[in-house]
Amino acid sequence: MSHPENATVFLKDKARAKWHDETLWIVREKRDATIHQIPEWEKLRELASQIKDHTLSKLDFYLEELERNATANGIKVHWAENAEEHNQIIGRILREKNCKTIVKSKSILTEECHLNPYLAERGVEVVDTDLGERIIQFLKQPPSHIVMPAIHLKKSDISDIFHEKLNTEKGNVDPVYLTHAARLHLREKFLQAKVAITGVNFAVAETGEFVVCTNEGNADMGVHLADTHIACMGIEKLIPRRKDLGVFLRLLARSATGQSITNYNSHFRSPSPGKELHLILVNNGRTKQLGREKFRNSLKCIRCGACMNTCPIYRRSGGFSYGSTVPGPIGSILSPGIDLKKYSTLPFASTLCGSCSDVCPVKINIHEQLYEWRQEITKANGSSLKGLSMKMANGIFKSPLAYRISGQLMRASLKNLPDSIIYNPLNAWGKGRNLPDLPEESFKAWYKKNRP
Amino acid sequence: MSSKESILGAIQGLKLEEKPLPDIPDFEIADDLVEAFTTALNANKGTVASKEEIEHLISETAFSKIYSSSPAFESYSNCQVPQHAAEFADLDLAIIEGQFASAENAAIWLDDSNLDLRAIPFITAHLVIVVKKENILGNMHQAYDRIGLTKSGFGIFIAGPSKTADIEQSLVVGAHGAISLRVVLI
Repeated sequence: MSHPENATVFLKDKARAKWHDETLWIVREKRDATIHQIPEWEKLRELASQIKDHTLSKLDFYLEELERNATANGIKVHWAENAEEHNQIIGRILREKNCKTIVKSKSILTEECHLNPYLAERGVEVVDTDLGERIIQFLKQPPSHIVMPAIHLKKSDISDIFHEKLNTEKGNVDPVYLTHAARLHLREKFLQAKVAITGVNFAVAETGEFVVCTNEGNADMGVHLADTHIACMGIEKLIPRRKDLGVFLRLLARSATGQSITNYNSHFRSPSPGKELHLILVNNGRTKQLGREKFRNSLKCIRCGACMNTCPIYRRSGGFSYGSTVPGPIGSILSPGIDLKKYSTLPFASTLCGSCSDVCPVKINIHEQLYEWRQEITKANGSSLKGLSMKMANGIFKSPLAYRISGQLMRASLKNLPDSIIYNPLNAWGKGRNLPDLPEESFKAWYKKNRP
Repeated sequence: MSSKESILGAIQGLKLEEKPLPDIPDFEIADDLVEAFTTALNANKGTVASKEEIEHLISETAFSKIYSSSPAFESYSNCQVPQHAAEFADLDLAIIEGQFASAENAAIWLDDSNLDLRAIPFITAHLVIVVKKENILGNMHQAYDRIGLTKSGFGIFIAGPSKTADIEQSLVVGAHGAISLRVVLI
């Protein structure tokens, strides 16, 4: 399914689509309010961008430094070339531990690697512990947003699924009541789990540690109660120095939700005595993206989701319309690098307004890369109908006579064009659009009449 | 070829030109750090409380299990640190010490030296952190300067109680971890 087709499905429920749009805009406004309290905001963005640029320019060096220091700290470091290997490594650790239930905190990487279905096939129950993720797991849905995974749902949907799964009161939609029910349910899971999986927000080469940020405290509840902690990270999550965290922790939550910081920011460096700590470094196409000069700096992304909250297309089409693990503007420049054909409509799901680039805390030129991907995709797909009309336009603009005649013709014909041509299902342009009012005469004719 | 070799090899094969690593400059901080800290903590849904208020809370509330590693509240502690964290699942109140805090966002730094068990600040129903006023710093850059390269197996910035807004963006305090955070500034 293409993005426009999926978006059509989302837009069928007009009231919900409007709510989605407005809710994400409120998050964007919260972000604006908080960053205006930081006079050095733009300087921080610049620093973050430079630190990431530097890291990516010698990623091999820092990966080896991370491995060396983490290993010295007692962390077991694994390397995975692709999703399959990442899943196999986790499967192997779980087999060694004879572990059949795990708790997992939010990790977009494990979504990208499709870890949950892999483990389910092998008889392992995965309990997603972030409240939003648990909700969508009950509903067998993927996340529709990387920071707010259940943002597409209304509290009545959540009340219904909790009634079915957690036996909550039917029709009780109070968020406090529902959250409390989830707390009791998940506490039981935390207390039983022997292995906990987390993602990684930042890994520090200098110290061999990694940082995980949450508001719920679910990552910490999981790992401190379990005997084994497995952390999974894409190789681009590295930063060189511990003090760089000061820059990134100031940017991350403010960009994501407008909070000054997430309530829990945990730095893992060594396992507790008698426990195990594993760190999996995953490539899965990242070195390929690193090799694409125009798209390289998409790897600077810290997964704050600000580009989604601000995007007029994301807000009005929903996360599922993208059909990719990471939706929205950043997803639309990352996904074509993974599968150009499958994600060929995503770079077109943008007005190129540039708002995504303006809010990006690491200054990724997202809208320019969207434009660049369009060029790549058009090249790969050969000439299109649009290409033909551009060729025609070229001829018209070359000849003054042709230009004048075609203008007269257009003004006459557009006025009399039956609606069925504009608003017919074959013409995607006509969806949600109206033709502008046409002037009676051309500018040239008007100028001749009115010039002094 | 191992995956490590193939990943590193792929990066080396690109022969990327090294970009400069910037220095992080000093930035201005709030004049009144206690005030800035309090405002930020409130925004994170935590509160500042006095020692007397905590003592009052303990006398008024029927907490059955209280753990304190803070000398200021030592006499209220009525349990030992268990072998397994899960045995603290019924902990009502934990009182621990924080090393220092960043005023801009109320993030308080603790590490293994403050935590007899890493699970304590999360598994407890209510959390109190004691921080010396003189240890309130301006921002996160100053906080990381203070941490320097200190070695601890685990370290954390705690800035508020456990919270979530995953149900229709309604903020609910007390998702999985501590339902409340009170900070005593001494």
